[in-house]
Amino acid sequence: MIDPNSPRPVIRNIGIGDLRHYRLPVPGVVSILHRISGLLMFLFLPLLIWLFDLSLSSADSYYRLVAFTHGWLARLLLLVLAWSLLHHLCAGVRFLLLDLHLGTDRAAARRSSWIVFAASVPLTLLFALFLFGGA
Amino acid sequence: MPAGVRRAPVGAHYGLRAWLIQRISALVLLAFLLLVAVSLLLAGHADYDAWAGVFAPLPMKLVTALAFLALVYHAWIGVRDVLMDYIKPTGLRLALHSATVLWLLYCLVWSVHILWSV
Repeated sequence: MIDPNSPRPVIRNIGIGDLRHYRLPVPGVVSILHRISGLLMFLFLPLLIWLFDLSLSSADSYYRLVAFTHGWLARLLLLVLAWSLLHHLCAGVRFLLLDLHLGTDRAAARRSSWIVFAASVPLTLLFALFLFGGA
Repeated sequence: MPAGVRRAPVGAHYGLRAWLIQRISALVLLAFLLLVAVSLLLAGHADYDAWAGVFAPLPMKLVTALAFLALVYHAWIGVRDVLMDYIKPTGLRLALHSATVLWLLYCLVWSVHILWSV
């Protein structure tokens, strides 16, 4: 028998102040990075469209784009954006599989989160090699 | 419908539709990225002619324009969700939502213009 006078459970979102004490599980890290990477790509969309313009307008502008990618700040930015795309893509595929009710138990969800990192991080490093290798 | 029962003006359908579009546009973008990757591999060399050649045929222009549309829709739903989570004052949220829509439409027209100038 439930005592009708017992206090109701309090359910609330964690606040910014709680973050110091709260250890996010790996699927949570994948999730928040999915959000951050998506937002980064949104914020840098004008830069990406500008680069797309340079790449297509003429052979001349194409080589200006190549020259642009020799700058260190540009390389750093492109690396961050490449990571954003790769993480967003890998985590996105994971979310689609979860939507199909694949791997929803805790152990599988944890494993697939690690797989997201195991795919996105080496791919980002590969891109870094391509970006910085062609010095 | 019994007297006095009213349907809420917002509801599950509205959210489900956004949820579904988010996933369909994600699949469109994934397929498009693979298409571009394969086209570049088939071109065999990495220079301006190969890159511009990928986007020169009309069907590829149309497919790319569709991918841009999917991208803009995908970004809109994502940014909308983020704003709904963190921005609580209604006026500010409405202003940011409106700015996002206008900005994304600007980007869409801009990229289609670039595409057709090749």
